[in-house]
Amino acid sequence: MYLGFVTFWSGFFQSLIESRDVFFKAAQVTLALTAVSIFIALFIGLFFALLKISNVKPLEWIANAYIYVVRGTPLIVQIFVFFYGLTSIWMISGFWSVALGLAFHNGAYIAEIFRGSIQSIGKGQTEAGRSLGMSQMVTMRRIILPQAFRRALPPLGNQFIIGLKDSSLAAFIGVQEIFALATTRGANTFDYMTWLLVCAVWYLILVFILTLVVGLVEKKLAVSD
Amino acid sequence: MIEVKELNKYFGDLHVLKGIDFNVDESEVVCLIGASGSGKSTMLRCLNFLEMKNSGEIKLKGESIDPNSDDLNGVRQQVGMVFQHFNLFPHKTVLQNVIEAPIQVKKISKSQAKKEGHELLEKVGLGDKADVYPSKLSGGQKQRVAIARALAMKPEIMLFDEPTSALDPELVGEVLQTMKDLAQEGMTMVVVTHEMGFAREVADRVVYMHDGKIVETGAPKDIFENPKEVRTQEFLSSIL
Repeated sequence: MYLGFVTFWSGFFQSLIESRDVFFKAAQVTLALTAVSIFIALFIGLFFALLKISNVKPLEWIANAYIYVVRGTPLIVQIFVFFYGLTSIWMISGFWSVALGLAFHNGAYIAEIFRGSIQSIGKGQTEAGRSLGMSQMVTMRRIILPQAFRRALPPLGNQFIIGLKDSSLAAFIGVQEIFALATTRGANTFDYMTWLLVCAVWYLILVFILTLVVGLVEKKLAVSD
Repeated sequence: MIEVKELNKYFGDLHVLKGIDFNVDESEVVCLIGASGSGKSTMLRCLNFLEMKNSGEIKLKGESIDPNSDDLNGVRQQVGMVFQHFNLFPHKTVLQNVIEAPIQVKKISKSQAKKEGHELLEKVGLGDKADVYPSKLSGGQKQRVAIARALAMKPEIMLFDEPTSALDPELVGEVLQTMKDLAQEGMTMVVVTHEMGFAREVADRVVYMHDGKIVETGAPKDIFENPKEVRTQEFLSSIL
């Protein structure tokens, strides 16, 4: 029993170290997926957040419908719909269909984060901007959004982490990222546990780095406090 | 400078301004006094269209302004506003607060805006605070920055909405002094205030409002010493 424990863990660490190069490559795919999808999702999120606060009913309905659909259906379904749907009309790689699927998914959550943070900025800020002759657009861009973005950062960081981990679903359409690599290795060696734990360690490292980066940005934006 | 005729304003079913007639001449300082809820702030906010009138006419420099067709951003550039709660931009330094609108709205160059910004900050006694964020300022300093920010647009008239009501008592004086300086330079000012000392000393005319109507208007001396209306007498005796 004790011997089995020791053998397993020494085997685990050996696998972790020996496989570092291939996993490093897979981690780059995971990071690229995350970065691309989050980047696009930020714009989607901002767009739908602005629709939601536009006070124009049809625009609000569109935003609500989008958020309702995304929140109400499983991510894996959305990714498969994007994959089969997009590849049937447009030659697009597995990577890009997952990236777009993740962006579409995260955009809805980010829209709600932005909406909340924009609405949390006091009305006085808008009035101050408008009273100086700024248009609604300039007031939004120069006064409200910078403050709202700062307030959105903690929940955004959270969403980024979720996005990073959700990118593991790309494995199901054959993108060679961390989880795909781990399951392949597991199947080949009949040692799933070792490779799942290796995969977990890599995710922990990536999340650690991401948390660090978000923390740094938060600190940088906190100079005005 | 400003002429208001038959101004009516409703919040839902609530009739807050009941047919107001009001005008302000050039270089005149008018203080609006009255109890909370009497409509003074609402009326002030109608003057730069932060609140939209329901009926009546508002003329600026002789021209009637229609919020539906006229360029309100252009109108607001000529009408500076100072708020009770300062509403400084917390993510911008003091100088950035002052130069933001001139750069974004008037499109003047950054160097020119900075030069004028520094001058304005000197004028309100905060030349040394240019690069500080608002969170590091006292209430009185914040309000003086807010005045400088409004002045940076070179408005023709300044509206003050209870500018000292959110301040600690010991900070009220510095803000009133800044306003007094401004009045002496000939700025046209409409001030909603509870500072009767200021109204008495600085105002050319005092307007007493009650329940959405102007009850009495006159020189400070007349209003404070010989109010004609019973309501005005009651109000003044309750606060003085």
